[in-house]
Amino acid sequence: MANLFTRFAGIESPNPFWLASAPPTDKAYNVERAFEAGWGGVVWKTLGEDPAAVNVSSRYSAIYDATGQVTGFNNIELITDRSLEINLREIEAVKKNWPDRALVVSLMVPCEEESWKTIVKLVEQTGADGLELNFGCPHGMPERGMGAAVGQVPEFVEMVTRWCKTYSRLPVIVKLTPNITDIRFSARAAHAGGADAVSLINTINSITGIDLDQMVARPIVDGKSTHGGYCGPAVKPIALNMVSEIARDPQTQGLPISGIGGISTWRDAAEFIALGAGSVQVCTAAMVHGFRIVTEMQDGLSRWMDSKGYQTLEDFRGLAVQNTTDWKYLNMNYKIVANIDQESCIGCGRCYISCEDTSHQAISLTSKADGTNQFDIIEAECVGCNLCQITCPVNDCITMVRRDADKPYMNWLNDPRNPHGEAR
Amino acid sequence: MSLQPPVTLVSPPQDIDACFSDIHPPLTERQAHLESARCLYCYDAPCIKACPSDINIPSFIQQIHSDNLQGAAQTIYSSNILGGSCARVCPTEVLCEQACVRNKEAECAPVLIGLLQRYATDHAEFTGHPFDRAPDTGKRVAVVGAGPAGLSCAHRLAMKGHQVEIFEASEKAGGLNEYGIARYKMTNDFAAREVEFVLGIGGITLHTGQALGRDLSLAELQSGFDAVFLAIGLQGTRQLGLENELASGVQNAVDYIRVLRQATDLNGLNIPQHAVVIGAGNTAVDIACQLRRLGCEEVTLAYRRGTESMSATDHEQQIARDHQVRIKTWCRPEAITLDDQGGVAAIHLRRTAMQGGALVDLPHCDVLPCDAIFKAVGQTLEMPEDAQLEQLRLDAGKLAVDTRFHTGLERVFAGGDCTAVGEDLTVEAVQQGKLAAESIHQLLITQA
Repeated sequence: MANLFTRFAGIESPNPFWLASAPPTDKAYNVERAFEAGWGGVVWKTLGEDPAAVNVSSRYSAIYDATGQVTGFNNIELITDRSLEINLREIEAVKKNWPDRALVVSLMVPCEEESWKTIVKLVEQTGADGLELNFGCPHGMPERGMGAAVGQVPEFVEMVTRWCKTYSRLPVIVKLTPNITDIRFSARAAHAGGADAVSLINTINSITGIDLDQMVARPIVDGKSTHGGYCGPAVKPIALNMVSEIARDPQTQGLPISGIGGISTWRDAAEFIALGAGSVQVCTAAMVHGFRIVTEMQDGLSRWMDSKGYQTLEDFRGLAVQNTTDWKYLNMNYKIVANIDQESCIGCGRCYISCEDTSHQAISLTSKADGTNQFDIIEAECVGCNLCQITCPVNDCITMVRRDADKPYMNWLNDPRNPHGEAR
Repeated sequence: MSLQPPVTLVSPPQDIDACFSDIHPPLTERQAHLESARCLYCYDAPCIKACPSDINIPSFIQQIHSDNLQGAAQTIYSSNILGGSCARVCPTEVLCEQACVRNKEAECAPVLIGLLQRYATDHAEFTGHPFDRAPDTGKRVAVVGAGPAGLSCAHRLAMKGHQVEIFEASEKAGGLNEYGIARYKMTNDFAAREVEFVLGIGGITLHTGQALGRDLSLAELQSGFDAVFLAIGLQGTRQLGLENELASGVQNAVDYIRVLRQATDLNGLNIPQHAVVIGAGNTAVDIACQLRRLGCEEVTLAYRRGTESMSATDHEQQIARDHQVRIKTWCRPEAITLDDQGGVAAIHLRRTAMQGGALVDLPHCDVLPCDAIFKAVGQTLEMPEDAQLEQLRLDAGKLAVDTRFHTGLERVFAGGDCTAVGEDLTVEAVQQGKLAAESIHQLLITQA
């Protein structure tokens, strides 16, 4: 079996699956259970200065797919609501019990040097493996000048990172907020401040839905609500893009990335690692399924690695980065068209109506004598957009086939149709 | 998802309602939510084409899934005002669910359209009737027969603003829904409640106990109304043509089912111990299964050909097997022997086979002791005695109608089982009633 051993920013863990700083890593009891279940590491739920935060009742809400599975998850819970002293004591004890697992501590204190200096020293004494700076929490804490309020200002990110590097020997991971316009600026700031790594994404500002009877967003706290932080499978595409942006950015090249955002299966994890992540963090999947889900994640990842001949995570880490490029470098001569396998077509007509109404009218409908319909691709009209393939409910019924034989690579910069291109 | 429960046979039966619980229990809210998610919302959907009443199935299922039950029910009713009973009695396995794209080889699991239709129609709540009537046209239409065809026609006509009077020979409206459907397919007083719902649109007067040929004549209706719709069903029953066929213990399945459907307790029912059902259609299966539920020890369904030729669908045949009904194929009734009291003692079943494309007798004859024989070999049009009716053209023993459901007699239309058009299904009758109403409406407004 493939070796899942992970060394991330100097922190070692038996596998890349870490629990993100969140309710599942709130206290020793949970974390012990997580380690028993097989998680490679945890980021302990964010510690703050005493007095501890106080939470409201009614904290989560979600959106679901058609069958009722959670696809997006939203929370308005604050950082730890337990005292610093209890948390530190538990962290020390858990690390002693589980020396081979990664134990990183998430931190959020006011934007003052003294506050950060004090807390990083306290954490260092516990034997924890690293620090994660919570510059991302988008709800509640920003109103007090912390969390995303820091993460949204690159200068603050750099400043606080530097304080932490100055006062602690531990690796510093800066957790980035996605509630910005360009993630690279935050990552560059962390890098400039001396960060050993970044982790992303934190949750996205969100309202999951409105109770149309009470006319209030969810979750409802006595008739009122507030925006929360969004996570779960629905945010994965946003997270993947941000990870790739940092992985591709020459200014942050080589900066370790811990990938976070909707990781629910081994495949999700493999995708983040393929885009350069050195470890992955999971929260929603554990909150929906319990800690045991890591068993299937580890098993699936190692079997897939075996099937590909990858012996370690490093063998495939970042392999997709080089193929993630700017639009202008895409091959303008590449041409694919849809192909419908008539044998497996069930005749639902979804491809037809989607193309007819909203795309390029590239599918014909022929009523057959037996009353059923046959759908055929009109290749001359097909632009290869993939929409029909996306709407088709049958696996591999619609495939995209290549039609640009013998044409060389030509990107937009060289394209004669580009009014600003080099060809002109 | 298999929702079919094991058949519970109450033996000996205590309570008639306990014998006739739903054969397919209704979906729970959770089941309906999950099942509705399976619909692919096909374009030019095969299920709609397979529905004789043109219900926009993907649309109502989408409405169920988006918690719009009232909208779902309205979608159903706008095509089929008897959508509630059709949800219970339609042979969906050969109609919409057979056509469902999820029924293809790769999946073999159609969306449970019938049960979803039932969910919508059972749970939708309307304040008042879901359809409004158009302003009164001053036109009056007589509908003969308050079965599915007659009710459907009356409802559509009322919607168009016409005044409708329904004349029903029986004491209750509903037709086969009230008197002929297996009790486990349409339980409790659903048939009566559905009639009440249909009539709720207003503008329809129901006269029961009024039979054509006995209490009224077609000539009277023609002169008293602007149009007449005949939906008199099939009141005759085919006979076996055997000696002793009139002996006690030999009866028409439909007659027994009629008594059974109206029975409020078991004491009034004559429950045989060993029954033989002759026939191969859904009525044969219905009577056989209901006899088993009533506690009849042995029920044999005898048919002269093989199961593949039975008009009862595979699904219905499976229901019979689930009721431990013995399906004895390749045999035909040859003689009925009686006991000392003149009651049925046995039936002689001559073995048959296909030889050279023809059904032939074989030498062997089985003698099956039994105390009851039920004939379910088909219903026929029984023409009421009426001078005008005699002028109607027939086609294969049923009323001939054109594509507008016009009989050829001036302003007289017909629909449902009594016509030569389509299969004898509730949903088909509803559709014919609806289409005939549209034709009648066209006639009436062009006259004005």
